[in-house]
Amino acid sequence: MIARLLALILKELLAIVGDNRSRTIIMVPPFAQTLVFGFAATYDLSDVPYAVFNEDRGPVARELLAGFSGSSTFRLEAVIDQERQITTMIDSRRVLMVIRIPPDFSSDVLSGGTGKAQIIVDGRNSNTALLAQSYAESIVTAFDEQWLADHGGRAPPSAIVTRSWFNPNLRTQWFFVPGIIGLLSLVVTTMVTALSVAREREMGTFDQLLVTPLRPFEILIGKIVPGMLIGFFEATIVVLLAIFLFRVPFRGDLLTLYVGTGCFLLSAIGVGLAISSISVTMQQGLLGAFMFLVPAVILSGFTTPIANMPVLVQRLTLINPLRYFVVVLRGVFLEGANLPMLADQLWPMLLIGAVSLTIAALLLRRRMY
Amino acid sequence: MSAAPTSTPDRFASARRLRGFIRKEFIQVFRDPSSIGIAFVLPVVLLLLFGYGVSLDAQDIRLAVVVDQPSHDAQSFIGEFERSHYFIVLPMADQRQAEHALRARQADAILRLQDDFAARMQPGPAPAPIQLVVNGVDGNTARQVDAYVHGVWRRWLVQRAADSGDPLGMAVVLEPRVWFNSELRSRNFLIPGLVAVIMTLIGAMLTSMVIAREWERGTMEALLSTPVRTWEILAGKLIPYFVLGMGGLTLSLAMSVWLFQVPLRGSLVVMFVTSALFLITALGMGLLISSIARNQFMAGHIAIITTFLPAFILSGFIFDIHSMPDVVQAVTYIIAARYYVSILQSVFLAGDVWVVIWPNAIALVLMSFVFLALVRRSMRKGLG
Repeated sequence: MIARLLALILKELLAIVGDNRSRTIIMVPPFAQTLVFGFAATYDLSDVPYAVFNEDRGPVARELLAGFSGSSTFRLEAVIDQERQITTMIDSRRVLMVIRIPPDFSSDVLSGGTGKAQIIVDGRNSNTALLAQSYAESIVTAFDEQWLADHGGRAPPSAIVTRSWFNPNLRTQWFFVPGIIGLLSLVVTTMVTALSVAREREMGTFDQLLVTPLRPFEILIGKIVPGMLIGFFEATIVVLLAIFLFRVPFRGDLLTLYVGTGCFLLSAIGVGLAISSISVTMQQGLLGAFMFLVPAVILSGFTTPIANMPVLVQRLTLINPLRYFVVVLRGVFLEGANLPMLADQLWPMLLIGAVSLTIAALLLRRRMY
Repeated sequence: MSAAPTSTPDRFASARRLRGFIRKEFIQVFRDPSSIGIAFVLPVVLLLLFGYGVSLDAQDIRLAVVVDQPSHDAQSFIGEFERSHYFIVLPMADQRQAEHALRARQADAILRLQDDFAARMQPGPAPAPIQLVVNGVDGNTARQVDAYVHGVWRRWLVQRAADSGDPLGMAVVLEPRVWFNSELRSRNFLIPGLVAVIMTLIGAMLTSMVIAREWERGTMEALLSTPVRTWEILAGKLIPYFVLGMGGLTLSLAMSVWLFQVPLRGSLVVMFVTSALFLITALGMGLLISSIARNQFMAGHIAIITTFLPAFILSGFIFDIHSMPDVVQAVTYIIAARYYVSILQSVFLAGDVWVVIWPNAIALVLMSFVFLALVRRSMRKGLG
């Protein structure tokens, strides 16, 4: 029976990677996509184009503006001298932000009062706007404190000292790159498994499989193992890129990472096979794969936090295996989490895997006899 | 097949043939309930799910608060957080308990006022430090928490200075003004972006398997051996799906305006014309995939890899394109969704800004021409 099973696994694996074109489609995209997405997926701002509308010309304004031009977050795009140019600059998206210094700014500050600098921010992307605003705010606060210290003013009676755990510079790349491991292995394993039964049905080879002495659960194992192998292969590629190319700190251990990956792959393959055994044609299989993949990716906490969702949608994400795996990946990479700390993320994935594989087995059996 | 139609009867024949062919394709498409499901039901379901689910606005931030020594100042400061609807205050016995809560993901941040807080709030040489610890794993949320805490703190300082009649010494303050989306509601830009991502998906799904299936079943050879011209086949495949796709797109845009209350400041005409351009590009891309792949398995695979994830990550829908490295920015120019996202965000939030609309619309026209020309070429080649 073992030999029979091994032969079946080999046959299934060859069906996926034996053909040159489909091997390329499985091997190349994870490399390319990790490279592109790893650099693209970040909320950190750099080179934000801004314009200056300085009506003051005094020394204080010049000093304040030097703080902006010296920052790597901002890039001076234009200096304007008319109010209506603000609209043109922002509307056309030439700049994200305009700093406006009113005429009496320097004299206000020099006479011991408070100078009011204005920024106008393009809010079409509100997250970028919020970030640009808070970067600008920190430059102005630093300038304010320095000015008060140099000119004997009274500093505010308290100050906030922020410390950040696990990621002191709040680099969001460290947050996204581990997530990409889950994203890409989910896409590949679902695609490989969701179409596998339907493809055999359409080609007629499923009937041949049925007349062999293989039992339904053996056929299922024959489909699970190759998916696992391909999934582990993909995940390993992305993990290596994450550590050695993107330099995301790896603070946990490989055992936890691979146990987590195993649980996740089991659940992803389970869902894929359940889709596959329900669908009669490949088109249905593909539709099913899309209908699972797209929400699974968007509602996984990969880009937008689950905590921001309404309660009903949050409950819905409980059946999404990627949701748990993203936490496992970030935990292992950044927090150095071990297996006991991640147990509450692992068992739901196993449960999803068990339930979906049972569905797949039952459907396969019913269709067989 | 290569000769251009010159005589009048030939042109009439062509028009009649095309009409008949398109009718046949229409019947074929509408007989299959799955394409109608993809075009109408899928966008509504996905937009409902994502429109509510996708948000970058941190809410109900769980703030673990440690007050070493209760005092009037400490109480009034913490009171500001209790009144703010962004925070849920979790009082902690000591720093150890708070750190445990942060580690176990039961709290999002720790705010600690040490025992000399009240004493150092009095005029003196050094300001009273307030410790804030955030979980940096999610850097974006951590930054938002930091910004919100600073906001509450500033408000408290101003209030305290006003109450005590002791003016707050500040040399320079910043007055931020956000145009187009003054309350910084992330849904206002995420939902137009989602429409673009969803329609990329729908466009590719509708068409990606069509030609691949014809090749697989051998009906493409049969079609090519009839007098029907290649561009007529193309038009016949494109027009029914375009009609279906526009239906789905209209539904999505209507939902954005009426259900999700995204302000629409531009004109409907601009929105529909640019949407039509984008849809043709998306359908053209699907046709290209299916004529290259030649079988449904490959076509499906390529469609997922080249449409959904790139539209999601590289279109500027959620990640700012300006902040990407130059090489990656160059890659975004081949993503059709990039142009549509830019147009939609402007038309919805800013209005008909022609300097944004023109270049992006021209890019869409160019892309759709390139896609359709490539499809036509690869179909001709298939004959030989």
